[in-house]
Amino acid sequence: MLLSIDSFLILEKLVLIVVVVMSSLVIAMYATYAERKVAAVMQDRRGPNRAGPSGIFQPLADGLKLFFKEEIIPDFSSKFLFILGPCLAMLTAMMTGAVIPWGNKIHFFDRDIPLQIADINIGILYVFGVVSMGVYGIMIGSWASNNKFSLMGGLRAASQIISYELAMGIALIALLMTSGTLSLKEIVEQQQAHWYSWNIIKQPLGFLIFLICAFAECNRTPFDLAEAENELIGGYHTEYSSMKLGFYLFAEYINMFLSGSVMVSLFFGGYDIPFVNDAALADNIGVNWIALIHTALFFFKAACFLFLFMWVRWTIPRFRYDQLMNLGWKILIPLALLNMLVTGAVILFQQNNWHF
Amino acid sequence: MQALTNRAKAVERKPMSLLERAYLPAIFKGMSITFGHMFKKKPTINYPEVTRPFSPVFRGLHILNRDEEGRENCTACGLCAVACPAEAITMEGAERKAGEEHLYREEKYAAKYEINMLRCIFCGLCEEACPKDAIYLSETFAPANFQRKGFIYGKEDLLIPNPVTEPEAFAKAKGERGKNK
Amino acid sequence: MSIVEILFWFLSILALGGAAMVVASKSPVHSILYLILTFFAISGHYILLNAQFLAIVNVIVYAGAIMVLFLFVVMLMNLNADSEPQQKNKWLLYIGGIAGGSLLLVIVAALKQTAATTQLVQMNNGDAGLIKNLGMVLFTEYVFPFEISSVLFLSAMIGAVVISKKEA
Repeated sequence: MLLSIDSFLILEKLVLIVVVVMSSLVIAMYATYAERKVAAVMQDRRGPNRAGPSGIFQPLADGLKLFFKEEIIPDFSSKFLFILGPCLAMLTAMMTGAVIPWGNKIHFFDRDIPLQIADINIGILYVFGVVSMGVYGIMIGSWASNNKFSLMGGLRAASQIISYELAMGIALIALLMTSGTLSLKEIVEQQQAHWYSWNIIKQPLGFLIFLICAFAECNRTPFDLAEAENELIGGYHTEYSSMKLGFYLFAEYINMFLSGSVMVSLFFGGYDIPFVNDAALADNIGVNWIALIHTALFFFKAACFLFLFMWVRWTIPRFRYDQLMNLGWKILIPLALLNMLVTGAVILFQQNNWHF
Repeated sequence: MQALTNRAKAVERKPMSLLERAYLPAIFKGMSITFGHMFKKKPTINYPEVTRPFSPVFRGLHILNRDEEGRENCTACGLCAVACPAEAITMEGAERKAGEEHLYREEKYAAKYEINMLRCIFCGLCEEACPKDAIYLSETFAPANFQRKGFIYGKEDLLIPNPVTEPEAFAKAKGERGKNK
Repeated sequence: MSIVEILFWFLSILALGGAAMVVASKSPVHSILYLILTFFAISGHYILLNAQFLAIVNVIVYAGAIMVLFLFVVMLMNLNADSEPQQKNKWLLYIGGIAGGSLLLVIVAALKQTAATTQLVQMNNGDAGLIKNLGMVLFTEYVFPFEISSVLFLSAMIGAVVISKKEA
């Protein structure tokens, strides 16, 4: 029965939601610290090292600073939309976490609790829907600022996200053709069998396109034209100050973490332990322990992606706007279409036992 | 137009090859370079905890010297002020009264001795000009200050601690410089 | 009232209120934002009908892409109250109101006829909207209209390319 109420279910989902939201916030917090540290070591510097041992409390200090800054709302701006912008950015950044399978399941109080907030059968499309909503946070905020530079930044961000969403979707279609399902949980479970059943082996080109598009969707270097400070001052958050600015910056890091999580689930086996038969291991050490290992491994994989995001940011300069559009429309989309065609052909041959 | 030298070189502007246009090889190369930098030794020095050693010829803040009995060397002859290219030194002389022999080494002394550290270029010419071994450039530098007048150092700022009453502070202020003399 | 009914009424009010505000609000940007709200309410209705695929595609395509383009254009053109044409003829307002009201009346009357004969929408147990069933139907029973619509899109795309080429 649809929408029948089970109070225990609501409780367990509520706990899961709180845990996921809190952990993604904490991870985003420490991603800012990691970003500064990674930038520092790549440039032969030391990075933040004053707040606490080797600067471990730096994010707290940053947060405190943002909270104590003066809130400035520009005159002639639409006040409601001005506040709505960063809230939307934050909301959409958090919402992606709902369909990501963080682990298999844990067993408590005689109940199997799946470590996924919602296993809906359109899982990955939900991610796309939420990502396309993320544009509004930027666009509304940039328009409500009543500032030309902000508006330019917002328009750049929006056009870039829309353009790269296409290539991303087509790259994903090839993957979905091999997996035959949209549910992230099932996609992860299909990759559990062998170490070579990870989708990165089946779809290397698809992964590359997806990765590039993920960079563009997160507005990260080399695609951070929306906040190109040498052209647009601060881009869409020029007029923002205090914690509203913090929301935008935070949303970027949460997006990075969650897009890393999506890529882990889609291409890197999710919570799968490579070279180990997970089911046999689960019988040996118990469901709860294996869930712990799975979740830790998932977070480790996602953290590797976070590092990749930072690594690329501190290596590659920004694209020019026409280069960005050329790459998106003239290179990535045809490549993704080709990838889709080849995948379709291979699947057909396979079904036909490799005969024409 | 005729070329002025034969060293001019035309920039090659041929279209990029397919491999170059794919960007990715260049990107991977750049990423390997940044990754390699993660393991390099950091040249940064953790300043307040670790200080860099000064070179032995470093010229820092001035000190006015005393002799072994703690008497001021300076006689306010004005040679340092004359030698100063930045005109940073001003002084007023005074005659030593009876009973002040333990304070000043000779009959004349500097009642007022000021150096404007904003004007001073730390060239060390005052040190060379001094016939009485009275002024030295030490191994510290002027700390930051909020006002200009904080940079005009008077006698109380410049005088070295008394070697008789506080020998450690004297030795510290004199630093390596004193040992060489 | 069951929770489904509460949700239904809530979403209906949201959709109708949003649609009314699209027409009523002064600023075009606000109109578009209300339109997005309406789309979301409609997506909610799809989910109540267990048509998850339609719901999410509605969000991605309409609320996510097309409305962004609308917003884009409106923001770039910087429309506001000054640039709107002045409404001079007062009679036009009355006539428009009467015509619209008559149309509404006709539609309501027509719907009243059909509502009596057809069954109410299947709630909770319809699974035609799930992606697997939808795909099956689209690629077997309705494959011809489906392909025709793809040709339509292709021609639209080519048209757009041709128009943008002519400018350059």
